Amino acid sequence: MATLKELSKQNELLTGGHRLCSGCGIPPIVRLVLRAAGGPVVATTATGCLEVGTTIYPYTAWRIPWIHSAFENAAATLSRIETAYRALTQKGKLPGGDKDIKFIAFGGDGGTYDIGLQALSGALERGHNFLYLCYDNGAYMNTGIQRSSATPFFSNTTTSPAGEVIPGKQEWRKDLTRIVAAHNIPYAAQASPHNWADLSRKAEKALRIQGPTFMNVMSPCPLGWYTKPEDSIKWAKLSVDTCYWPLYEIEDGILKITYKPKEKKPLEEWLKPQGRFKHLLKPENRNLLDKFQARVDLEWQRLLDLDGKRI
Amino acid sequence: MAITMTKGQAGLTGNSAIAYAMKQINPDVCPAYPITPSTAVIEEFASYVADGAVTTELITVESEHSAMSACIGAAAAGARVMTATSSQGLALMWEMLYIASGMRLPIILTDVNRALSAPINIHCDHSDSMGARDSGWIQLYSETVQEAYDKLIQAVRIAEDETVQLPVMVCLDGFITSHAIENITLLSDEEVQGFVGEYNAKTTLLDIDHPVTMGAMSLPENYIDFKFQQSQAMARSKDAVLKVAGDFEKRFGRKYGLFEGYRLEDAEIAIVILNSAAGTTKVAVDELRKKGLKAGVLRPRLFRPFPVKELAEALKDKKAVAVLDRADSMNGFGGPVFNELRSALYDVPKRPKVVSRIYGLGGRDYKVKDAIAVFEELRTIADTGMVDTLQKYITI
Repeated sequence: MATLKELSKQNELLTGGHRLCSGCGIPPIVRLVLRAAGGPVVATTATGCLEVGTTIYPYTAWRIPWIHSAFENAAATLSRIETAYRALTQKGKLPGGDKDIKFIAFGGDGGTYDIGLQALSGALERGHNFLYLCYDNGAYMNTGIQRSSATPFFSNTTTSPAGEVIPGKQEWRKDLTRIVAAHNIPYAAQASPHNWADLSRKAEKALRIQGPTFMNVMSPCPLGWYTKPEDSIKWAKLSVDTCYWPLYEIEDGILKITYKPKEKKPLEEWLKPQGRFKHLLKPENRNLLDKFQARVDLEWQRLLDLDGKRI
Repeated sequence: MAITMTKGQAGLTGNSAIAYAMKQINPDVCPAYPITPSTAVIEEFASYVADGAVTTELITVESEHSAMSACIGAAAAGARVMTATSSQGLALMWEMLYIASGMRLPIILTDVNRALSAPINIHCDHSDSMGARDSGWIQLYSETVQEAYDKLIQAVRIAEDETVQLPVMVCLDGFITSHAIENITLLSDEEVQGFVGEYNAKTTLLDIDHPVTMGAMSLPENYIDFKFQQSQAMARSKDAVLKVAGDFEKRFGRKYGLFEGYRLEDAEIAIVILNSAAGTTKVAVDELRKKGLKAGVLRPRLFRPFPVKELAEALKDKKAVAVLDRADSMNGFGGPVFNELRSALYDVPKRPKVVSRIYGLGGRDYKVKDAIAVFEELRTIADTGMVDTLQKYITI
């Protein structure tokens, strides 16, 4: 894997000057992944922050061929670009001669966990050679912080508001990485931008492996989390150190936890700085906090039990 | 599937003929999802793929929404792309139809016309393609298996024409045309290849050395300008349809214009009708002509873009016209073809009386006697100059 120094010397394939919010987790994730490709890349993006923020006509932040067509179909769109690539390569019709091109689809949690799940599942099952990367910021942030199936327990969003009677989102989040792994694809992983080395290594691996690969990446969102832009990477790290967002990979069916915190931090430390969980810190909601912590503990233990095993 | 040909002729269903045309065109990519009554197109095409008769990448996706998304992805990557669907399948593609045309991608889709739910019904009407009439796709309608086969081959050239660059939908009637066997004249593979030529997309996502951003976000500063260009391209496509039809006729002898007139020139009353039901109407015309009634048929072949001038010119001297729609706009004011045709006749100095009749929804039979009854009504309208019922359902 390239060193940080080497990586920093590479050209940015996603330029500055885009219109994503300061402190947004998406640009560093995309840049790390594009760097990890180490060669020609074609990308697509589901409708969402990344698409809107990078391509307001007549500007584009992308220095690679890029397409957006709709919200729920990033995987379907990309799967056929990849198919066209194979068909045209076979016919010797690829512009500029044969090249080893990597294909990446980017989607947020709304576009991946919810509306895009069917297209993702279909593309994984068909075995296209591509990486699907989900940047999971835990809600429909682009349209104003609405609840998605990735939204954390009890989170306050505009469609699951913490009210007088109902304290935020009532359901545990969907475990998309497990759902994806159940497609028996060669590689699936969870990563976080605070750990650039782990994220880069996983992206390199995902792009090297033949067949469909998947990465689910924690993406801090100051707007929807009600946090300070300058703290984003800190809270990404804490999501991992509290074991809310474990870093692991599943390669050829073997699960491996790639980072185990020396000291597992209490969940409260991650929740406290985020405005979306403010209501959980009220004394009368202590039971909710305990419930949340218990569920995180349970999921982490489940993962520990599977570590190193074929799942 | 092996096709038995005698002197270039073969007995084929509409679906088989479409699949065979696709085999001869040999597109780069074909994303597909099965739906009655178009399923056989994809099944037979799949056997061409399995037998190595084509080099197409056939990908069986998990929904029609993904099928059209996949068409968009592949076309954006510079591939020649074709698919087929019907009814709910086209309805599920609806969002993507607009994106395909807005991105100016020359995708070819065969729509085997079928009614839309509810209630669910697998038989023919035109609600599906009429629902997509404002989606920016060129729409060609075909009466027969021969015409559907010839249209699909022409559609490739129309879509890819430099002045057009728009997706094309070829429509034929579900079951009536898709499943009925007709003796048709086939072209040779070489003739088809020679006619469609090789496709070289000007802009492609796979041109790594010249990266492009496609599908960017467009604000009020420029969205309307894109749509203006698209609208102009749609208007221009009428010329491309005629140009391609002209070349087709020169090479293969079969003539196709923007519409077909049957005993129309000296007709005083006429029925305007799409697709297979025109055949039934022609039989009625022949019967009535024997009795001295000057009846005729106009069958639009091109519905998008709407050939306003040509249709108005063809009908300007008629006394009474009935537009028979196999779809209802559910607007309380007749079917979609009626509305547009009546509007097209507004500027004609001596406007004919024009009435709307909705027929045959969900595969309800439309018989010669039904056509004759409409002509009888038209005769009364022509004689009296009075319209009693502007719009109504028939065949009920």
